[in-house]
Amino acid sequence: MELVRNPKDFLAGLLFMAFGIAALVLSHSYEIGEASRMGPGYFPRVLGILLLGFGAILSLRGLRPTMEPQPQWQWRPLAIVLLGVGVFSLAPWLGVILTSVLLVFISSSASQEFRWKEALVSGAIQAVAVVAIFIYGLGMPLPIWPFFVGGGQ
Amino acid sequence: MELLSNIALGLDVAITPINLLYAFVGVLVGTLIGVLPGIGPVATIAMLLPVTYGLPPVTALIMLAGIYYGASFGGSTTAILVNLPGEMSSVITVIDGHQMAKQGRAGPALCIAALGSLFAGSVAALVIAAFAPPLANLALKFDAAEYFSLMVLGLIAAVAIAGGSVLKAVLMTLLGLLLGIIGTDVNSGVSRFTFDLPELIDGIGFVAMTMGLFAFGEIAVNLEQADRRSIVTGRISGLWIKWAEFKQAFPAVLRGTGVGTLLGILPGGGATLSAFASYALEKKVAKDPSRFGKGAIEGVAGPESANNAGAQTSFIPMLTLGLPSNAVMALMVGALIIHDIQPGPQVMTSNPDLFWGLIASMWIGNFFLVILNLPMIGIWVKLLSVPYRLLFPLIVLACTIGAFSTNNNMFDVWVAMVFGVLGYIFIKLGCEPAPLLLGFILGPMLEENLRRALILSRGDFTVFVTRPISLTMLVIAAGLLFLIAAPAIRKKRQIVFAEER
Repeated sequence: MELVRNPKDFLAGLLFMAFGIAALVLSHSYEIGEASRMGPGYFPRVLGILLLGFGAILSLRGLRPTMEPQPQWQWRPLAIVLLGVGVFSLAPWLGVILTSVLLVFISSSASQEFRWKEALVSGAIQAVAVVAIFIYGLGMPLPIWPFFVGGGQ
Repeated sequence: MELLSNIALGLDVAITPINLLYAFVGVLVGTLIGVLPGIGPVATIAMLLPVTYGLPPVTALIMLAGIYYGASFGGSTTAILVNLPGEMSSVITVIDGHQMAKQGRAGPALCIAALGSLFAGSVAALVIAAFAPPLANLALKFDAAEYFSLMVLGLIAAVAIAGGSVLKAVLMTLLGLLLGIIGTDVNSGVSRFTFDLPELIDGIGFVAMTMGLFAFGEIAVNLEQADRRSIVTGRISGLWIKWAEFKQAFPAVLRGTGVGTLLGILPGGGATLSAFASYALEKKVAKDPSRFGKGAIEGVAGPESANNAGAQTSFIPMLTLGLPSNAVMALMVGALIIHDIQPGPQVMTSNPDLFWGLIASMWIGNFFLVILNLPMIGIWVKLLSVPYRLLFPLIVLACTIGAFSTNNNMFDVWVAMVFGVLGYIFIKLGCEPAPLLLGFILGPMLEENLRRALILSRGDFTVFVTRPISLTMLVIAAGLLFLIAAPAIRKKRQIVFAEER
């Protein structure tokens, strides 16, 4: 028998406690004031204490037996999708066409049914749509082409 | 009569070509995402918010509202034809709707869903028009103490009514409140939790946050299993309903409309809760409850009417009190603030065209929905065959660009990434993200009203219980907390929400 019977509640409680502690530590330097004249530190501290307290209760409840299954963590799809999103950060240098295609291609590869040719075509179509709607239509201030072919900064 | 002149004003606003166009675009997009599982109205509205910056506020709101009630409408198509709810609000429609489709009665099911929604939507719009002004008048008398208590009540009610663990929902709300106050404190000018980042001085962008929590996290979870959608229908023939079936369904439509209209107004209510409550009611009043689950038309007519009515009346607390009752309404409040309109009871008097125009557009939007859905059903069914592996990168791209375009700043894209990771963790740990969003939107307002109330009372905390309206709201809030903590009700609540899964 393990000590932690409901890992979901236990971990969630720890996470909220961490946020509570962070709030208390970071708001340390903000003036508390008093109830009639609240300083910037008053409300955050109340929230920090509540998060810490309720978080602790949730963690303790995680020690009770339950039928809840263990959470199954699969970080790979999330990491790949977010990598694709991150590549878009380079749009000010690489332009929206290239970064949109890369975003679609990279994030597509997170799927178990990934087909690279299909992802490339789909990425190209979406990149054209992005240029038409967001650059020409809404005037989004990003270059279309990469700096090495004359776009970018 | 004042009501009539108000409605006339609303119609005047709603039938201008630009507003008609955006109402149509809104319900079209809403139907689209309603039909497609894997993307909900929250992520879509967040995605399209930046696009509406250049529009007049009323036009922006008309479109965003159309997405919400359009989604609750479109979700039923998928529920009936594919045995998979397109939206949470259509989860219950699957039970009898898909049975009807299997028996070759997809046509009547789709038809009654559409007509029931149209009827419910029209009634709900009338109810908003009739009940919003008195409520706003009452709210105009509110002082800081009342507003504080009202927000506490709203947040607690949202926690109590939403499914899942109450404690986790409370914690998510608290975390939302904390995230909401990031940025410059208006009273002291102190920057709180900004880590000296200039981008955080105005706080975390709620559009980017919503995308991370509701889109990226969700997509990552969906990608863990293979796509299991399969379409079971051949051709749908006879998109009409027999008189006998109509007579059987109509009382259910009436009851569903009533249930949805009432529950939509409650904090934490809205389309989903209304549909569940209506199904339970239909089962209770039916002479032969055993027909349910085997293709009872009331099981489609009631919930589908209720979810549309609920989607619309959930605008009442948002428009009259500035109090969002669910995640979509939280986004609407954010949209109003972006357009420099402070949500609250004064909206109706300071922006009457916005208020009445929005309501009138709901009527028009509901007609668009029937036109869009019944004759064009074949197109929506075809859309369902787009595999998820093509769909989700499109959502990722649209969210990324949407996040960037809120401030034309990459920082928002990174915010969305951070909240994507958090969103994934929250889903895995069984924490609903909606309460966090409510807390986030209400955080600054809650702190401000708490401060103001206590300045006025010179630091005396009894101000919240000595003023009658404030006391009433706190008593209701405490009663709700007590109710959900009571063991007998807790058990019942678990049964009710067990059906959800």
